[in-house]
Amino acid sequence: MSMMMAQSKSESQPIPVTPPRAAVAPGIKMEAKGLKAWFGKSQALKGIDLPLAENQVTAIIGPSGCGKSTFVRCLNRMHEVVPGAHATGTVTLDGADIYGAGTDPVLVRRRVGMVFQKPNPFPTMSIRENVLAGLRLNGRRPADAAALVETSLRQVALWDEVKDRLDRAGTSLSGGQQQRLCIARALALEPEVLLMDEPCSALDPIATARIEELIHEIGQRYTIVIVTHNMQQAARVSHYTAFFYMGELIEHAPTDRMFTQPSNPKTEDYITGRFG
Amino acid sequence: MSAPEAPPVAPSSALPRQATGVDRRRAFVDKLARGACVAATVLAIVPLVAVLIYVAAKGIGSLSLDFLTNTPAPMGEVGGGIKNAIIGTLLLVGIASLIGIPIGVITGIYLAELGRYSKFAQAVRFSADILGGVPSIVIGVFVYTAIVLHWGYSAMAGSVSLAIIMLPTVIRTTEEMLKLVPDALREAALALGVPRWKAISSIVVRTALPGIATGVMLAVARIAGETAPLLFTAFGNDAVSTSLTKPIGSLPQMIFTHSTSADAEWHRQAAAGALVLVILILVLNIGARVFIRRRG
Amino acid sequence: MKRPSAHDTEVAIRPARRPLFGDVNLGDRLAQSGGALIAGIVVVILAALVLQMIQASTPAFSKFGLGFLFSSKWDPVKDDYGALPFLYGTVVSSIGALIIAVPVAFGVAIFLSELAPSWLRGPVGFTIELLAAIPSVVYGLWGIFVLKPFMAEYVGPVLKSTLGWLPLFQGPYDGLGMLTGALILSIMILPTIASISRDVLRAAPPTLREGALALGATRWEAIRYAVLPNVRSGLVGAVLLGLGRALGETMAITMVIGNKVDISASLFEKSSTMASQIANQYSEASDMQLAALTEIALVLFAVTLLFNVGARILVWRTGRMPGGGRSA
Repeated sequence: MSMMMAQSKSESQPIPVTPPRAAVAPGIKMEAKGLKAWFGKSQALKGIDLPLAENQVTAIIGPSGCGKSTFVRCLNRMHEVVPGAHATGTVTLDGADIYGAGTDPVLVRRRVGMVFQKPNPFPTMSIRENVLAGLRLNGRRPADAAALVETSLRQVALWDEVKDRLDRAGTSLSGGQQQRLCIARALALEPEVLLMDEPCSALDPIATARIEELIHEIGQRYTIVIVTHNMQQAARVSHYTAFFYMGELIEHAPTDRMFTQPSNPKTEDYITGRFG
Repeated sequence: MSAPEAPPVAPSSALPRQATGVDRRRAFVDKLARGACVAATVLAIVPLVAVLIYVAAKGIGSLSLDFLTNTPAPMGEVGGGIKNAIIGTLLLVGIASLIGIPIGVITGIYLAELGRYSKFAQAVRFSADILGGVPSIVIGVFVYTAIVLHWGYSAMAGSVSLAIIMLPTVIRTTEEMLKLVPDALREAALALGVPRWKAISSIVVRTALPGIATGVMLAVARIAGETAPLLFTAFGNDAVSTSLTKPIGSLPQMIFTHSTSADAEWHRQAAAGALVLVILILVLNIGARVFIRRRG
Repeated sequence: MKRPSAHDTEVAIRPARRPLFGDVNLGDRLAQSGGALIAGIVVVILAALVLQMIQASTPAFSKFGLGFLFSSKWDPVKDDYGALPFLYGTVVSSIGALIIAVPVAFGVAIFLSELAPSWLRGPVGFTIELLAAIPSVVYGLWGIFVLKPFMAEYVGPVLKSTLGWLPLFQGPYDGLGMLTGALILSIMILPTIASISRDVLRAAPPTLREGALALGATRWEAIRYAVLPNVRSGLVGAVLLGLGRALGETMAITMVIGNKVDISASLFEKSSTMASQIANQYSEASDMQLAALTEIALVLFAVTLLFNVGARILVWRTGRMPGGGRSA
């Protein structure tokens, strides 16, 4: 805690945000401005300004407890589920503030989907029901449910593995398959942004590789924010990388530049493994 | 002892390597205590077996279709049955469940999901705990003063007593079972843009349903055998009644009045009634446990 | 028809902007307030129970005052009532039940948590819990027709010939009375004490007994000197919960205690408890007698409340909340 205090003093000057890659010049899908968050009395985020490029993969890296998970949760207001958590500042989605008066967090979450650390398929539902859960629970019956299930499962490359046992329990799958099922479940709602909070941390290397491949593929069509403690993973899957340290955004840059010529010495220390 | 190298045998202050008299005594005490625990367990099971054997042996002779489908004969006459009591118990327990289960389950959901740590939820939890420790006869007294004094003895008053008695158990089981559902499932549902009430009702409660159903079945079994509060709420009725506003008979009360009477025929009937009641309760109990084992 | 696939770009086309505003939360607000409303019912019931019983017993309280608790009169003709015989009967029968039940229950608990092979724990635990599922009135029936003759024929004479010089075993004994009442109560509270004690023992860290065993202690020594001292308050809590159940237990004891309004040192004597007196007279009482009986119920409520709250605090401190034991 005392380290954190010292840190916040030395880091009071604004952090320059690296402009997006000129060649691609993507639009900004979401943007956090002055985002601060607390859990009870401890402050997890200390004023984050971070634009998220549309249809690009942005990786959030940093040591444990740096606020990266809190940050993604603030992007679809999932932090509000934790008792005692609150946030200030603005987060815009296509220019509209998701914290604005009258904004419904439920509607925000339909546009900004989320995948968690541990795969969490609904244990009472079959594979098929899991994919359709988001729609069904929201009271919508898709016109062609079978096609939607197939599309969603194909997007996560799970279709061929499970097409013969769609009625088996979602929890009967392996960990990696369960995580892909959870991604399919999120994609079936056709979100615009997909948040992934360390989606591979509970998986073995082979399952991890498959998820990474998948992120690479769907990253063409979705705005993806992935939290990871694994820098190689960030380098492999993302277009942009943001480095968080002690609740602050230290550096945000295109991934290739971040890992070859970081502008902040702290970033360099972290990615070269000097701490964290 | 003073030799610099490690002593080849244990120093004299250390424990001997061979069993001594003290050790044999300790081993004996150990055997004795363990034997006493086993004996206590056997002793504890004796009354259960004795009650079950007695009820079955004495009751089975009087148990016939006539017995189940007739109303009681006047004392001293042979024959007569417990149709009124069976229907009464089913009605009392049914109405009590209709009142107690929804209120109890919703309160449990409120405590586990919606209220959680709020002051109000604490007050509810505390009240339910206290109510759970109130002797059932006191609940009968309460219902008598609150309902019977104004409207007379009735099936409704009996059902309300039983509902109050089952309420704390249902609330506690529901809350405990919901607490076992991992938070990850709540988050998964909310992250799909599902409103909270829907996430709770369709995901959380559905996941905990086998456990909740088991607890509810045990609570129903418990009130099926309740007697004390019925004495002065449902009061008893020798005729078949299905009216909620009239006095009504019940199996436990029939067992009580028959067994404390002076008539040998009634004593046999009391045992037969007890057999019916015990079978009903054992089926609910064993059913509940088989259910949770199968689903859980 | 073309089957959609992951490579089909069309499926990726989404409605550009969906609304962030709406009243989806209406359901949540309704659920929250509706849930609170229904959850409040249990608070209302408890408050109504206390107020209603205070109100209904007011005539007795204003006539007899605190003297009610110390008078042994029970005279419906002169409308003169006191609760002392019933307090006495309840306290003595409950303490007697504890003396019989506690050693057996602890034995069962130790067997189930420490000694029994794992395949035996489930079935035996289930059997003990079934003991609690048998209705009180069925125990009463068994008490009248099996226990009563057994006590009169065997237990009474043996006690009289060996301990007959004690004031506890004086006078004639036909099998009904305080002793039989205490015995049947002990059967009914045994499962409560046994299953909560078992849970308390199970909650004790295994390192306690492993540490003792590693020092060369026998199984019993490990339990006696390493485990039990650490869970003492939980075990006291279990006993208090059993006591709370014994105090309010009605039907079985009403059927075997003899229902005599009397205070006697002899356990062979017929007696009454607070609960049995209410069960016997409530439906026929009116006016002052009704108020007096209601006041007895209020006292019974207060006493059980005291023991239950105390017990819960003790059990809860050892790390486990048991399911509530209830009297029938």
